[in-house]
Amino acid sequence: MTDVLRVEDLRVYYRTAAGPVKAVDGVSFALQPAERLGLVGESGSGKSTIALGLLRMIKPPGRIEGGAVMLDNVDLLRLGEDAMRKTRLAKISLVAQGAMNSLNPVKRIKTQFAAGLRDHEQRMSDKDFTVYLGDLLEKVGLRRSVANMFPHELSGGMKQRVCIAMAISLQPRVIIADEPTSALDVVVQWQVIDTLRAVQQELGAAVIQIGHDMGLMAHSVDRVGVMYAGKLVELATVGDLFAEPLHPYTKMLITSLPSLTTKQQLVGIPGSPPSLLNPPIGCPFHPRCPFAMEVCTRQMPPVRELRPNHQVACHLYEEAS
Amino acid sequence: MTALLEARNVTKVFGAGLLSAGETVALRDFSLAISGEQPSVTAIVGESGSGKTTLVRLLLGLAAPTSGQVLFRGKELTTLTGDDRRRFLKDVQAIFQDPFEVFNPFYKVDHVLALPIENFGLAASKRERRELMESALSAVGLRPEETLGRYPHQLSGGQRQRIMVARAVLLRPRLIIADEPVSMVDASLRATILNSLLTLNRDLGISIVYITHDLTTAFQISEDIIVLYRGAVAEAGAVGLVVQTPEHPYTRLLVGSIPAPDPAAAWQGERVLGRGSGAARLIPTGPSFCAFHDRCPHAMPICVEQAPPLFQTDPTRVAACYLARDSPVVAPEQMTRILAGTRP
Ligand SMILES: Nc1ncnc2c1ncn2[C@@H]1O[C@H](COP(=O)(O)OP(=O)(O)OP(=O)(O)O)[C@@H](O)[C@H]1O
Ligand SMILES: Nc1ncnc2c1ncn2[C@@H]1O[C@H](COP(=O)(O)OP(=O)(O)OP(=O)(O)O)[C@@H](O)[C@H]1O
Ligand code: SF4
Ligand SMILES: [Mg+2]
Ligand SMILES: [Mg+2]
Repeated sequence: MTDVLRVEDLRVYYRTAAGPVKAVDGVSFALQPAERLGLVGESGSGKSTIALGLLRMIKPPGRIEGGAVMLDNVDLLRLGEDAMRKTRLAKISLVAQGAMNSLNPVKRIKTQFAAGLRDHEQRMSDKDFTVYLGDLLEKVGLRRSVANMFPHELSGGMKQRVCIAMAISLQPRVIIADEPTSALDVVVQWQVIDTLRAVQQELGAAVIQIGHDMGLMAHSVDRVGVMYAGKLVELATVGDLFAEPLHPYTKMLITSLPSLTTKQQLVGIPGSPPSLLNPPIGCPFHPRCPFAMEVCTRQMPPVRELRPNHQVACHLYEEAS
Repeated sequence: MTALLEARNVTKVFGAGLLSAGETVALRDFSLAISGEQPSVTAIVGESGSGKTTLVRLLLGLAAPTSGQVLFRGKELTTLTGDDRRRFLKDVQAIFQDPFEVFNPFYKVDHVLALPIENFGLAASKRERRELMESALSAVGLRPEETLGRYPHQLSGGQRQRIMVARAVLLRPRLIIADEPVSMVDASLRATILNSLLTLNRDLGISIVYITHDLTTAFQISEDIIVLYRGAVAEAGAVGLVVQTPEHPYTRLLVGSIPAPDPAAAWQGERVLGRGSGAARLIPTGPSFCAFHDRCPHAMPICVEQAPPLFQTDPTRVAACYLARDSPVVAPEQMTRILAGTRP
């Protein structure tokens, strides 16, 4: 099958007085139609920056330094501003991190939807709009009457579903959801993920789901990419990633998950998070890696496909391939 | 013994304002006391909209209860003045839920940290101030040299959240009320941050109220736990009892909905229990009713005649559910005593 989205060597830097912060540094991956890809990784490793980069919504001092974002074989990084504006929402849409808190508190939900459509020159009669919006809200499991409500009258889970409804309003090919459930309880998390899955299947859209909850990831995506210090260090099917994580960071991330059966000391990965201003030479994880070898302090390990659908950037697997 | 901070039979009703349709009882007859002498870690969990943030705002005096009282060292919060108020502002620190809202976008991170240091005269010199800020940032896994000098929008979600934690820690309060302090960070950092909160609890005797929807970390760090459902206590007690052998059907639903980090394990969600999926479609007949009745697989006629009181099922646990009606009934304000029994 042909890829719906192909990201090639994406680089996004924030230019600060102290030098460039390499938030996304050479990330490549592809998505098939209707596929669900999870992105996990350290806080500050560049996940949200990838999301914003794909939509070309990086604000200064951030800049896309290079790479390609091929959506249906069109490089979004080469589109004119106007064409890009029309592509957002219509072809690729984003439920931003914290989106549910950025709904305008003094405007009814329907007004906020109308504004979004106006940007896309979608003209509809009031009557058509009411039907259209009602259908959309029902699709994400909300009552039609939510259209007339204000954000503060909705629970967190309901607001998050409103944001998903906005993101799918023009039936995009790719939906990016940045931590769509991190503020919600498990029961509502399940409902939101289930909603996302249902609309995604109905539209045949691909989904990139960013999050920190490994338990949730295990049950909601097909493949998982692991980010560390601006780099995609591992990418595998969800089954492989949990059964046999290869990158030492992934391994340590999975073992740091707390359990519900025994109380134990919570242990994070020792050492400090990497600097993105002066990233370590070689593998960015080497200062914290228990397996680090001499070569790790010199050379950035290349991404290798160790087996079909499982790639990793780590010197430990050098000879193996 | 006067509690450091105490909520006494607190109820908060949001009125039918201009914009909203009806009244919301965000918190109902809630009592909790945090001792000043015996440091504790209490977790408060509950679904979105169950009243957790409302409780935080009441405990901080940012909202006034509709009825009941919130007391700081025995004095009503709303009447605190002068030294008492200053003491409260230092002794009780909050970590707010939404790191996107609380920062003033025009001030650098430095300001967020420097302000409390100045207000409470924590540093004698500029250099000391800098050292304080740096150690607080390092304690939450942030690099001082890459964090100071930046504006909030120049940080990731999890980084902003950690600034809030650093700020609370800086003041060495007696109590930290943390509203979802780690919802946006990865598992490894989550462990690191919660661990540093626990260390504060153990080494400096700082009490912690940990508000979360994450039962797993609540289980790991707290001694006792309160499960809220639509503004009322569903179950409360020793964390091991509540999480491992839940009594209330809502707690069971919560525990049963936790996705295991194993793609091969089944994840059961709302398919099992959903609103309107109660065992029987019962129409409330009495003056009040169990708020969970419409989702509960065990709902009985009595559940819609009157809201269940707290039944004490174990020496250190209460549950507001008629399934436990063979156990003795306790008054809401007794919960404080029962929770205190969970501490060493
Ligand atoms: N405007 C900016 N100027 C400088 N640095 C920035 C700016 N915006 C983001 N960064 C840095 O870029 C890095 C990547 O940020 P990003 O928001 O993509 O992380 P993330 O992986 O989404 O983290 P989280 O899980 O905490 O949300 C972070 O280290 C952040 O501090
Ligand atoms: N200012 C307000 N006006 C009207 N209703 C309010 C207000 N603040 C909160 N509520 C309502 O009170 C209830 C409890 O809200 P609260 O924010 O305390 O829940 P929460 O448990 O913190 O939820 P979450 O997990 O989503 O943060 C909700 O039904 C909410 O809609
Ligand atoms: S009181 Fe009744 S309805 Fe409420 S949780 Fe218990 S059994 Fe279910
Ligand atoms: Mg992010
Ligand atoms: Mg809240």
